[in-house]
Amino acid sequence: MKVETRQREGVTILEPKGKITIGVGDVALRDAVQGAIESGATNILINMSGVSTIDSSGIGELVAAYTTVTNRGGKLRLYSLPPKVSDILQITQLITVLDILDDEEEAVASFR
Amino acid sequence: MGEEVAEVQLSIDSQFENIELVQAVLDDSLERLDFDEDSRYWIGIAVREAVANAIKHGNRQDPEKQVGIGLRVVEDTVVIEVQDEGPGFDPAQVGNPLDPENLLKPDGRGIFYMNRFMDAIEYNFGSEGGTLVTMRKRIGTGDARSGEEDSE
Repeated sequence: MKVETRQREGVTILEPKGKITIGVGDVALRDAVQGAIESGATNILINMSGVSTIDSSGIGELVAAYTTVTNRGGKLRLYSLPPKVSDILQITQLITVLDILDDEEEAVASFR
Repeated sequence: MGEEVAEVQLSIDSQFENIELVQAVLDDSLERLDFDEDSRYWIGIAVREAVANAIKHGNRQDPEKQVGIGLRVVEDTVVIEVQDEGPGFDPAQVGNPLDPENLLKPDGRGIFYMNRFMDAIEYNFGSEGGTLVTMRKRIGTGDARSGEEDSE
């Protein structure tokens, strides 16, 4: 699993590609979020469109990232969730807790 | 039912990367049993969670300890077993991740997903240690996200 990082209109966009699962993907996501925070990012988006599988550890990392960024006064939002990622977040009622947007345009605009 | 599936037995070292091997073998067996792609995906998540728990909480990632995985068909049901060498645990002590105080906890969802995606889960604890998780899923029952609407 790889996570690419880019900027758009002052927003840091993280793009994980592959599986966010225990042992590899979850650690890569944690490192990417930590790296963004250490670079001073306060408005962070995660483009979920490239995520093929997420397990409870990956979801745990998303939740941890959300609370870490929020506790530091920043905002972390997700967008472009594949249906199965959306389903698994729905099942544990996280779809209503995490900030989730449909696509990048809407997600970037949410910070304006 | 599709092609006959012989009993499958696997034994892996307690390393997370081995979960991929388990998933590949499992997916092949489930496909032969005519589980559709969605069902294979959700059963795969349940088994990933069981194996991850066995590696992490059971065997504490001790590479000397093994996780055994078995798959067999009993009548119209696929039975998947995951065995570790750990000290065991009390399933009743595992919190509900839907409780408001647990909703934003980073852990505690694995067993919940296993229960959601399988028809039945059973735990057996050996007298000399080791946890055996037995998961059952009826063949031909469609999408494995059984009871999704209950969570809403």
